[in-house]
Amino acid sequence: MTPVAVMVGANRIVQAAGIIHPLGSADLSPADEKTLRRRIVEQALQALRTEVVKPTVFTRE
Amino acid sequence: MALRVVCYVNQFFGQLGGEEKAGVGPHVVDGAVGAARAVQQALGDAGTVVATVICGDNYAAEHTDRAAAELVAVVAAARPDLVIAGPAFLAGRYGVACGALCAAVQAQLKIPAVTGMHAENPGVELYRRQVYVVPTGSEATRMLDEVKRLVALGLKLARGEAIGAPAAEGYFARGVTRNVVVEAAAADRAVAMLLDKLAGRPVASEVPRPAFPRVPAPRLIKTLEGATIALVTDGGLVPRGNPDGIEALNATRYGAYSIEGKSGLDAAQYDNPHRGYDTTWVKQDPNRLVPVDVARELEQSGAIGKLHETVYSTVGVATTLAHSARMGQEIAEKLRAAGVDAVILTST
Repeated sequence: MTPVAVMVGANRIVQAAGIIHPLGSADLSPADEKTLRRRIVEQALQALRTEVVKPTVFTRE
Repeated sequence: MALRVVCYVNQFFGQLGGEEKAGVGPHVVDGAVGAARAVQQALGDAGTVVATVICGDNYAAEHTDRAAAELVAVVAAARPDLVIAGPAFLAGRYGVACGALCAAVQAQLKIPAVTGMHAENPGVELYRRQVYVVPTGSEATRMLDEVKRLVALGLKLARGEAIGAPAAEGYFARGVTRNVVVEAAAADRAVAMLLDKLAGRPVASEVPRPAFPRVPAPRLIKTLEGATIALVTDGGLVPRGNPDGIEALNATRYGAYSIEGKSGLDAAQYDNPHRGYDTTWVKQDPNRLVPVDVARELEQSGAIGKLHETVYSTVGVATTLAHSARMGQEIAEKLRAAGVDAVILTST
């Protein structure tokens, strides 16, 4: 749903893991799922420290 | 029969003075004074300005409730058929006072009222849904022309005539949807619109797109190690039993839920009423929606200074822009008051 976030003008948008479980994945092992979640949160934290002047999507590294 | 009209003007347009008179309370002058004389001129034989009500901008802005009550009382005493406030152009306090008076007069006295102001006057957003607000320029350079438009709409209202669409009649859209019968089917109109667009002719959408104002993006200046981070979601996280009764769609409410002492979100304690996506997986593990478990670990490892102990949550599906903006503003104010530095909002 990142295009919607851009359209409404959210400034820092981190691409997460999907609509039905943005910060997880039922397909992964519990340990791998948590690693994924941690990576998305860490990316969001870095985004907060990043200067942006318009809606910006931070894609998966 | 000529209509009885009461005009409302501020201290400047009522010729009392400038800012030094902005604290003056309401008073009434018989007949048309100052800007109200333009109203009388525009009315011609159709009506008579029986009184001009004048109030200082600061008085109206600083004593909102008292000023409204006093102004409604003096307006009622003049027994008008129509109230015309302003126009206020780009003067913010004046515009808000005009909107407030028109709304109060309509609601309490059941007398039609109309005002006018510039699109960027804060009075437009505050009152356009309740009151007919005619667009004007930013300054009083074309006073009579603009007052004529206010008067024309006001006369229609006072006579109980049908009011057409905003663009046709010249007032700010009130957010009212009305059914109309048109000759051409939607497909024909859509093709005609496309052909106009291709030919470079002007095209007016029948469905105005909501405007999303650009919001400046402040950067987190503090280091993450010193910052308090809050988690917010529009993905529908609620405690079991949904104690705030957050709606499954079209939400008007949000909840504030403590995560104090929690190392993660326990599925047994949470539920999710959101009807805009399949919530099976986030109900299995609510950390998939609001990542309290990893945020807590990041707090404990010192990667972030503090995890805010309240999670704010609502349901974001078919939620109106107005309710979203209001809830966002209220949540932001609470977070700011609590000393939160930055927010991660998780969305589905």
